[in-house]
Amino acid sequence: MTSRNSTLSRVLALDAPTLAVDLFLFAMKALLLFFATWALVGTIALQVSGRGLTGAAWADVFAGGLAQGFMYGLIALGYSMVYGVLGFINFAHGEVFMAGAMTGYFVADALFDAGMWESAFLPALLIALLCSMLVSTLVAVVIERVAYRPLRGAPRLIPLITSIGASFFVQYAVRGLVGDAYKTFPLLPEGLQNRVSILGLNVEGIKLLVIGTAILSMFALWAFVTRSKTGRAMRAVAEDKEIASLMGIDVDRVVVTTFAVGGAMAGVGGILWAMLFGKVFFLTGFLPGIKAFTAAVLGGIGNLPGAMLGGISLGLVEASGPTLLSGMSWVIPTWVALVVSACAAGAIFHGWRLAAGLEARRMGMAIGFMLFGVIGVLAGVFLLPGASVYIPGASQLKDMIAFIVLIGVLMIRPIGLLGERLAVEERG
Amino acid sequence: MKTFRPLGVLLVVLALVAVACGDDDETTTTAAGFTPGALGYIEVAPGEPIEIRALQAISGDVAPLGTDQVRGVELAIADYGDIAGHSVSLGTVEDDGCSAEGGQAGAQAIIAQLTDAGDGKFTGPLAVIGTTCSGAGRGALPLLSEAGLVLISGSNTSPSLTSDLEGTAGEDYLPGYYRTAHNDLFQGGAVARFVYNELGITTAAAIHDGDPYTDGLATAFKNTFESLGGTISVYTAVNKGDTDMTAVLTEVAAGAPEAVFFPIFQPEGDFIIQQAGSVAGLENVTWIGADGLLGDDFMSLPESAGMYFSGPDLRFGDNASQTGKSYSDFLTEYESTYGEAPPQVFHAHTYDATVMVLAAIEAVAFQEEDGTLKIDRQAFRDALTATSGFAGMTGSLSCDAFGDCGAQTIAIVKHEDPSDVAAGKANIVYSEAKGVVSD
Repeated sequence: MTSRNSTLSRVLALDAPTLAVDLFLFAMKALLLFFATWALVGTIALQVSGRGLTGAAWADVFAGGLAQGFMYGLIALGYSMVYGVLGFINFAHGEVFMAGAMTGYFVADALFDAGMWESAFLPALLIALLCSMLVSTLVAVVIERVAYRPLRGAPRLIPLITSIGASFFVQYAVRGLVGDAYKTFPLLPEGLQNRVSILGLNVEGIKLLVIGTAILSMFALWAFVTRSKTGRAMRAVAEDKEIASLMGIDVDRVVVTTFAVGGAMAGVGGILWAMLFGKVFFLTGFLPGIKAFTAAVLGGIGNLPGAMLGGISLGLVEASGPTLLSGMSWVIPTWVALVVSACAAGAIFHGWRLAAGLEARRMGMAIGFMLFGVIGVLAGVFLLPGASVYIPGASQLKDMIAFIVLIGVLMIRPIGLLGERLAVEERG
Repeated sequence: MKTFRPLGVLLVVLALVAVACGDDDETTTTAAGFTPGALGYIEVAPGEPIEIRALQAISGDVAPLGTDQVRGVELAIADYGDIAGHSVSLGTVEDDGCSAEGGQAGAQAIIAQLTDAGDGKFTGPLAVIGTTCSGAGRGALPLLSEAGLVLISGSNTSPSLTSDLEGTAGEDYLPGYYRTAHNDLFQGGAVARFVYNELGITTAAAIHDGDPYTDGLATAFKNTFESLGGTISVYTAVNKGDTDMTAVLTEVAAGAPEAVFFPIFQPEGDFIIQQAGSVAGLENVTWIGADGLLGDDFMSLPESAGMYFSGPDLRFGDNASQTGKSYSDFLTEYESTYGEAPPQVFHAHTYDATVMVLAAIEAVAFQEEDGTLKIDRQAFRDALTATSGFAGMTGSLSCDAFGDCGAQTIAIVKHEDPSDVAAGKANIVYSEAKGVVSD
């Protein structure tokens, strides 16, 4: 009796706004977890019952997501590196990627006309790849020199806004140069269009090429950052700009190198994108840019392996999300609903235990557990048995699923999957 | 112009006959002669022209579409000739900007030219030929309808401006709206009938892109296909701006359809057809697109071989307009007047719309002895609504209660060879007009 009274009085003593925020966050997490579990269990159940996708279809989804994800990763590296060194988001990076894709198109088209694209594909691809990297690097370095360097030392919001301006400038400069029509990439040689069997999976050659090239580029970058002298300088500047410059490191040079390397990676991503999807125009960089930024945040901004991991996860979630969402059309059997009820009852108990503890900052979570436990028990008994949700046009919700996953990850782990490597300014 | 003189003479004779009839009516009905209806009347003083206006997209991306239609209006006015001794003036063409705001602004500019002289008497424009885009029609119609004018379009196709063809008015329909273009619902229905009846396919899928136009077409296809007894195994959508279509194609493949109708645009349509080859289970699917993909760029993609496309049937053949012109006469006149072939496809529909308006004016115009013309605005609308079996260049025009007057001819082409786009566009395998199969 006394314990209940004291619990109640502690709950009532909490200030209402804090409690409301705690409860809201808890509700969001609980709902996300609930629907994610439903979708996952439902997909597995549909798969087992034979109404899901075939193995070949899953392999396609997986390979498509992986290829897309590696390209996001390549772009995300640029966001992450610039953030690590300068502490702001370079929104013009998507356009650097687009410049690479556009260059890739023009070079490949010229090589195609010359007949080299088909007769000697690998050297031709190498030429196109190098040109894409070169142009992207150039664009990135010029943007840094013109738009960001004069603003070095200004508050971080200033270069952020400048980067949006630079982004529009590059988009419309490209439009002015090459027009606004879609450019169709030349057809790939036969071998790349055909399916290749690898590790028991039957996927298209081009996707393997995209994944392979992306992995190679990432390793090259990794070696550069960890092994080379310039790479060490970059890490030193990211750690602490002032002390790095006291150690005799030319900070401006390191910043230029960072932009150049990020641009080169975006260039690789650009030509791979153009090859995989076959169409390029002056706004091609916008959406992938936003997605890659998302990937960088997802993995932990400022963290290079994080950017790659974030990109790959985002690609996979996007590709498989709609299918998983369709898993919610699985009709929930009664016994599953009862298991949910049992878990919810456990949650009530856990909430009670938390509330009986002494910490005021856990009170929101405690009340949340109890509240959702009650809702869960009621839902498990009355709502869930036989329930199913059919979502029309699930493919259209691809982006929404991707961003919900981002929100979910950031809510549960605010520093991103692999954590953030903070420079001194952020720590202070 | 010499060749058309006999026609002009004929028209003058017709006009005289009409005048004579009008005089008869005056003597037999009332002493006061003319009784204006609820919307009042337009008075045209002796020697003054009858005013109609054009509201078309004459700037921006779709300018060729609008300009083409303005020319259709001009040629129709020239061919029709005078009405009861009054010439017809088009005034300044207003720009609808292909947007609701543009339509609104244009409508306001036209209404400003209308003068209310009291007692139901107005002077100024009577009808507006437009708009080019359905969206602009949505902006212009409320203003024009309220002001008592008529809006008649040769290229709006959105069902929302007229009706669902089953007796329910569209959400944007207002009295005074007419069109000679087809209703999208006819097109979606025609595709469904073709797929079910002609191709013998019973399981199909539909993909739209969230745009009201593509959603409307896909929905019409779905409804008709299901009412015929077919099954729509997947009805889904992509986003504008999507590039990776693996997810949607996998979803479609899971439904194992025999045909897929995707009335969307470029580049999403390109991504779908290009990536379809890499998704297991879609090898033997019949792909069907609509106007949005019926163009050189898409049709030269190697993957587009074997696809079907639906769109308005533009083979007008020997249909003669009330002006006596057939489409081939029209093309000759168009080229000699403007020095180029028509860049777009809706000029003939707009020509018909203009002739319909002029004929309705002629039918209801009341002439005073001094030559003053009085045109009852309600009677004018009623005359348009009563249009039935009207001879148009695009076919026989009959208006329903919600202003759908078009001949509604929809054609489906089969595209065999991506290296010969022209042949693909001309290879019509199916055609129907208002649900009547003719090919």
